[in-house]
Amino acid sequence: MAESAIVRDHGVSHVAHASSTGLSNNKMGMWMFLGSECLLFGGLISTYMLYRGRVSSGPQPNNIFDIPFTSVSSFVLLMSSLTMVLAVSSAQRKDDRNTNLWLTITALLGASFVGGQVYEFTSFYREGLGFTTSLFGSSFYALTGFHGVHVSVGIIMLMALVGMNRNNRIPGDKAEVVELIGLYWHFVDIIWIIIFTLVYLIPS
Amino acid sequence: MSSATTHVETTESHEAEHHGLSDKQYIVIALILAALTAIEVSTYYVDFGPFFMPTLLILMTIKFVTVVSYFMHLKFDNKIFSYLFYAGLLLAIAVYCGFLATFKFFLKQG
Amino acid sequence: MTIIERPSTEVAIAGAVPVGVKPSEALGVFKRPAASSSWRDWVVTVDHKKLGIMYGVAAFVFFLIGGVEALFIRLQLIAPDGKVLNADQYNQMFTMHATTMVFLFVMPMAAAFANYFIPLQIGARDVAFPRINAFGFWCFLFGGLFLNSSWFLGGGADGGWFMYAPNSSTLFSPSHGVDFWTMGLQITGIASLTGAINLIVTILNMRAPGMKMMRMPIFTWMVLVTQFLLLFAIPVITVALFLLTFQRSFDATFFDVASGADPLLWQHLFWIFGHPEVYILILPSFGIVSEVIPVFSKKPLFGYPIVAMSGAAIGFVGWGVWAHHMFASGLGPVSVTVFSMSTMAIAVPTGVKIVNWVMTMWGGKLTFAVPMMFAIALVVQFTIGGLSGVTHAVAPSDTQQTDTYYIVAHFHYVLFGGAVFGLFAGFYYWWPKIFGRKLSESIGKWNFWLMVVGMNMTFGPMHILGLQGQPRRMFVWTKARAGEGFFNFGFWNRVSSIGSFILGIGILFFIINIFYTHKIKKGALASNDPWDARTLEWMTDCPPKEHNFDVIPQISHLDEFFHRKYEQNSATHSVSQVHSAEEVMAELNAHPDEHIHMPSRSYWPILLALALPVIGYGVIFNRMLLAVGVAMVLLTMFGWAMEPATSPDEDFDPPASGNGDGHTKELVPHG
Repeated sequence: MAESAIVRDHGVSHVAHASSTGLSNNKMGMWMFLGSECLLFGGLISTYMLYRGRVSSGPQPNNIFDIPFTSVSSFVLLMSSLTMVLAVSSAQRKDDRNTNLWLTITALLGASFVGGQVYEFTSFYREGLGFTTSLFGSSFYALTGFHGVHVSVGIIMLMALVGMNRNNRIPGDKAEVVELIGLYWHFVDIIWIIIFTLVYLIPS
Repeated sequence: MSSATTHVETTESHEAEHHGLSDKQYIVIALILAALTAIEVSTYYVDFGPFFMPTLLILMTIKFVTVVSYFMHLKFDNKIFSYLFYAGLLLAIAVYCGFLATFKFFLKQG
Repeated sequence: MTIIERPSTEVAIAGAVPVGVKPSEALGVFKRPAASSSWRDWVVTVDHKKLGIMYGVAAFVFFLIGGVEALFIRLQLIAPDGKVLNADQYNQMFTMHATTMVFLFVMPMAAAFANYFIPLQIGARDVAFPRINAFGFWCFLFGGLFLNSSWFLGGGADGGWFMYAPNSSTLFSPSHGVDFWTMGLQITGIASLTGAINLIVTILNMRAPGMKMMRMPIFTWMVLVTQFLLLFAIPVITVALFLLTFQRSFDATFFDVASGADPLLWQHLFWIFGHPEVYILILPSFGIVSEVIPVFSKKPLFGYPIVAMSGAAIGFVGWGVWAHHMFASGLGPVSVTVFSMSTMAIAVPTGVKIVNWVMTMWGGKLTFAVPMMFAIALVVQFTIGGLSGVTHAVAPSDTQQTDTYYIVAHFHYVLFGGAVFGLFAGFYYWWPKIFGRKLSESIGKWNFWLMVVGMNMTFGPMHILGLQGQPRRMFVWTKARAGEGFFNFGFWNRVSSIGSFILGIGILFFIINIFYTHKIKKGALASNDPWDARTLEWMTDCPPKEHNFDVIPQISHLDEFFHRKYEQNSATHSVSQVHSAEEVMAELNAHPDEHIHMPSRSYWPILLALALPVIGYGVIFNRMLLAVGVAMVLLTMFGWAMEPATSPDEDFDPPASGNGDGHTKELVPHG
């Protein structure tokens, strides 16, 4: 039928519409979201900083942190940012195999980071620092926990992206989708850059 | 009809292809970041004296800005993205430092 | 200009055969829902206009609920030794009244207007992220219902709308009310945050060709500033709400004074959100009256750039004043001084607006239609509220006023006399555009005057009560407490309570007006441009077609629609009409766009939103339920990500010959 033929043609000829700024809606939305996340993590970091000097009971930061271990974790997350950038680069070259490869490696590095966090938290807990133990415990776990959840959500998104990419189910501009998830991932990394310095390296 | 709706790429993907870094350059930047991290970690082992805090804060800032500008491509993208992101970041810093200041946080030692 | 949610550039290159995307039939992922004219359409809609109406209806219902809560309060205080509410019930009543009015009425009602009119005002066909828009609405609705379900599940929140810690902890607020409050507001907060991202991208990216930022309607400007405030303020209260939830449900120590916690942590986090929040509440109404006053003065807005920039200035400076809510909390003289000065500074851009509105009216040909009356009332009443605000900025006098009824008077003048009156101006102004008929002017005048008298009778005396020493949140007063003399505490409480019922009747008249206009009188349908207005939303049908514009207009002026109707003689400077509104529409629609694609309907927004209260109930009652809710979130997010980009039902071809007959055409799905 002529009408449905027209409709199918239209389904084909969809184009990225010109925007008033020439910029992509999705990318603009993502950068705004990341801007707002600064306020979220800022609040958690400030709460931690406020309460840091006020610990009276329970383990103190100085005697519970394992800086060498956390340094390795931080390095792993940093490298995952590199692999993420390589994934975006591959996607822009329309190289599906390498895109999936680098996305998977990024997810694995992220999972190692989260695994490291879990190990760290369980050993802290065994040493007596629980969520409810002290101001330090509550604010530390809240801050790093929120960060860890963000990383985990990122890992899920990366794996979903790999899965959808393999099944050719990413609609629209594939490279942009990878880029946007990359932005989220890098953001999670830079928040850790701040946390690692302020929480772990600068003692109270 | 379909001829009228010609394929138009967004300005962004053009910029990414033309101004983006090569994979090699990304690796170099990552190595630099790793080196900076190593220096940061070394403050745990080596006594930096009065340079302890400034070193850490400066290194943290350099790493942060480097990842944002290069890995997140903000340096090469349209300035509007920078305004949107840095507005949030600077607002957060201003407001939360104000908050901590009311608790005399910055008057304490170190 | 077409709107497609996820453009498929690869598909376009490939040619006739779609290679980028697999059809939806595989893997059991649902096809996108088809159009229908039943209630189902409202459940799966992503149309900004339908969503605007839904926001408006839901917000108005919450307005009535909040109003009833207020009447209970005033009934309790109408006489000494009130027996209407006991202390605990009174706490719940004022907490829920304020929470409902702020989060479930004013904010969503502004969202209603913003959702309906921003795309129309900027010449777009929808917002940037239509499904996220729908998701935001359902989050608001379910969050509001979740919050109010507390009434039936152990009692409402009782710590005041600002929920100060440690009073909000389980020790002092043992019922689940506060948990419903924290989690309900988290859910509605998601609506605000996603809405903010949506509207900012829409305004920045989807303006009609030629519509530079300084040619946008002023309502759009005010909404833009409001969305930036929301974007950055919501995360702050999110942190506060999480900390309180962790404290109450998981025994964290954030506000546990015995562990060394500082109660001021809550206050700072709450007010860092809370102060931008009050600008979030007022700026949309400022935008509305900035539209209404020029139209009914037959003059352009005086100092448009200054009004726009002062809105931005308020948004910016508003971040630096929060601790003026904490002058009596023991901050110390340095902090108090700093915040006192910044608070005085913010009066300036606000005052600038008042001047601009007055100067717009000065020398204009004024028509006192009901929208204009509400707008003028905002100017007067907000000024009164603003003046009492200035007295609060002066920290020493605030130390006397804080926590008294003087503060209650201030914020009700600015919020009710200001924000709510602005919203009512919007109701009467935009009603014909949305619903096709003008509301009755005569009933409208009754509505207006009852509200003015009622409002001033309720809140005016509160200035006096505050200075006489009535503290806030006082659940009962006695004859002894009322003091000596005729015009004592008791007298003014009575006046205020009577006033509140007059106000209630005034609002009833609004509802009567709606019924009268649409059910009883059923007069002629409104023309497209019943007020001879200036901005683009009036250059559409009444109500607008689903795709808003047959052709996206080219913009060459601020107040583009006005400039198409009128021309100014350069010699005599007199303005004369050169085209009627109908002629403008006919000319506009003479060459309609071909093949307009509208964003497709979707199930997933409502389904994802439904998962959130499940999480809320899970945190409060049952951790298994919590796990179910989280699973629902993951599943619906995947469903959303994997649904096909468009439904073939959405294509609409406007008639080749634009016969601008001005009436609504039914959208006929093709294919």
